[in-house]
Amino acid sequence: MSAAPTGTARTLFRKLWDNHHVVTDEGESLLYIDRALAQENTYHAFVALEAQGRQVMRPDQIYAFTDHYVPTTGRAKGLAGIPVAEIRNMVVQLQDFARKYGINLYGIDHAQQGIMHIVPPELGIVQPGLALIGNDSHTSTHGAFGCLSYGVGASEFAHVMATQTLWQTLPSTLRIRVDGQLGFGVSAKDLILAIIATIGADGATDHAIEYAGSAIQALSMEARMTVCNMSIEAGGRAGMVAPDDTTFAYLDGRECSPKGAAWEKALDFWRTLPSDTGATFDREVVLDASLIAPTVTWGVSPAHALPIDTAVPDPAQAGNDKQRGEWASAIEYMGLQAGMALSDIRVDRVFIGSCTNARIEDLRAAAEVARLGKAQVPTWVVPGSQTVRRQAESEGLDRIFIDAGFEWRDPGCSLCTAINGDQLEPGERCVSTSNRNFRNRQGPGGRTHLASPAMAAAAAINGRLVDVRTLIG
Amino acid sequence: MQPFTTLEGVAAPIDDANVDTNQLCPTRFNKVPRGPKYAEILFYDQRNDIDGRRTGFLLNRPPYDKAQLIVGDSNFGCGSSRETAVYALYEFGIRCVIAPSFGDIFDANCAKNGLLTVALPIATCAALRAMLHAAPGMTFAIDLEAQTVTDGQGGVHRFDISPIRKRCLLNGYDDISRTQEYRPAIEAFEARHRASHPWMFR
Repeated sequence: MSAAPTGTARTLFRKLWDNHHVVTDEGESLLYIDRALAQENTYHAFVALEAQGRQVMRPDQIYAFTDHYVPTTGRAKGLAGIPVAEIRNMVVQLQDFARKYGINLYGIDHAQQGIMHIVPPELGIVQPGLALIGNDSHTSTHGAFGCLSYGVGASEFAHVMATQTLWQTLPSTLRIRVDGQLGFGVSAKDLILAIIATIGADGATDHAIEYAGSAIQALSMEARMTVCNMSIEAGGRAGMVAPDDTTFAYLDGRECSPKGAAWEKALDFWRTLPSDTGATFDREVVLDASLIAPTVTWGVSPAHALPIDTAVPDPAQAGNDKQRGEWASAIEYMGLQAGMALSDIRVDRVFIGSCTNARIEDLRAAAEVARLGKAQVPTWVVPGSQTVRRQAESEGLDRIFIDAGFEWRDPGCSLCTAINGDQLEPGERCVSTSNRNFRNRQGPGGRTHLASPAMAAAAAINGRLVDVRTLIG
Repeated sequence: MQPFTTLEGVAAPIDDANVDTNQLCPTRFNKVPRGPKYAEILFYDQRNDIDGRRTGFLLNRPPYDKAQLIVGDSNFGCGSSRETAVYALYEFGIRCVIAPSFGDIFDANCAKNGLLTVALPIATCAALRAMLHAAPGMTFAIDLEAQTVTDGQGGVHRFDISPIRKRCLLNGYDDISRTQEYRPAIEAFEARHRASHPWMFR
């Protein structure tokens, strides 16, 4: 659709859409894209672009990150530290393409290297009011700043590189309002897992989500990013939060944030973005933050999430045959028994990292728990970027982890996407702060329980899932 | 892109809901350049056991090893944006997936690669899968111009598709060429956008 009539109360999403609308053709809108984020797998897009003999239209608006394939040890050796040629080649290809086309590159040796959803916010590359795409489904992360942020595949990424635009059909809007206060020991990760369990793994398909309400407004920027990051696990291609003073304070002074008079001008504009009073949404879901407990997944979909003080569901009690089959097959894959307490689940590994939970606040939360004990199982901490790593080290968090027997590693996607050589052995059970507990996601036969950083650290020092609230405070 | 007009072929029932793109193309294969190798990669971890032996998974068995259509369940292709999931389906020979709903990014990726996604009601999809289980090897026919699926018993199911996606699929149009026709409009927009939001540009 074209721009809404002026004078109509508009949502944040609709303002972002209208502000980037170029033309409409047979029900599809062509949106101008301000920034595009690439990673090593984007080589498929570069190959397609070259096969068609096309150029990159605005290379200064494209950013390339080495994160999926970089190793999380031995980084002082740079590229030579990647022992497997095919994996090394993925990093080399992206760096070569980026240099060839003059794209902004955060390569393996860059002082600000890190995950494509962690580095742009910390450098102020992401700002309210932008339209942004990334060749990764977790690009929804950046909606935390009040921008339109879509994950796209290789073809659409190539299209953006060639034309700086993207064809989209206007989605429906969904407001998820969370009021009240999150309880002690309950984090943004628990909140988003509870939301996904409530609306389902396809609960937001074809919808743009706006997270609102007092519990969302009270979140830090890093916590908002955790929430928006997992919008895609509910099927939502975009999730966003209205920009406010928390957003502006976060951005003030960052490397790529506007400065001086430009900052004032930007602020004036950013303040116009929140949904107007009276703006309507196609759907609304309301949750009470005070009812949310530390939450973990027991199955093979992010929607298979439950409060830690409950039990693995019993297929006999499923609502219908379809759900019965789904639960039974998930329980079988996960190697669990119906009805067993979640806190009786013993684990083999713990992973603290990923674009969902590898920011400094996540590491602080994990360290607060790590200092209470010793790792009972192999536990990795993988910071989201070199900037996060340096900050953590300056605060002494690395020492806390190392003293607790956790491994302090170098930045990258690591065990979340399990493609750089970091992966689970068949049958291994891992508590992970990442975003997907799909079958085989962390390695063939691997079993994943999603949890918050504090809950993951609690599992590490107990060797089983445990309610972190019983350990702290 | 190859045009898609009509199709008649063996349809395979995939009963699980939430078939994610990690299953369609396990992450470790994202390194593989686009090409025929992707035929083996489709559902690799279901079609092969941990020691690399073939399993009894549906797509390993005749007549489904020649399937050209899949009838799935809700949220087919959810998860990661990897277009390699579409390469794997395509190289295996799949040209159409019928399901009650699709992951948004997967759905877009299919359209860009000449693979048709057809959304039909959940009960219809369940009935079609039951029909296929009862008569393995049954063929379904698609007529994109008429927007119909004809099942193996002659039942005709109409589906919706956006006019532009239909036109692109029917003609095998390259998306970027279509957009280049709007180049003057894009540049005019960009100039206005830059003038009113100068801080967005470095």
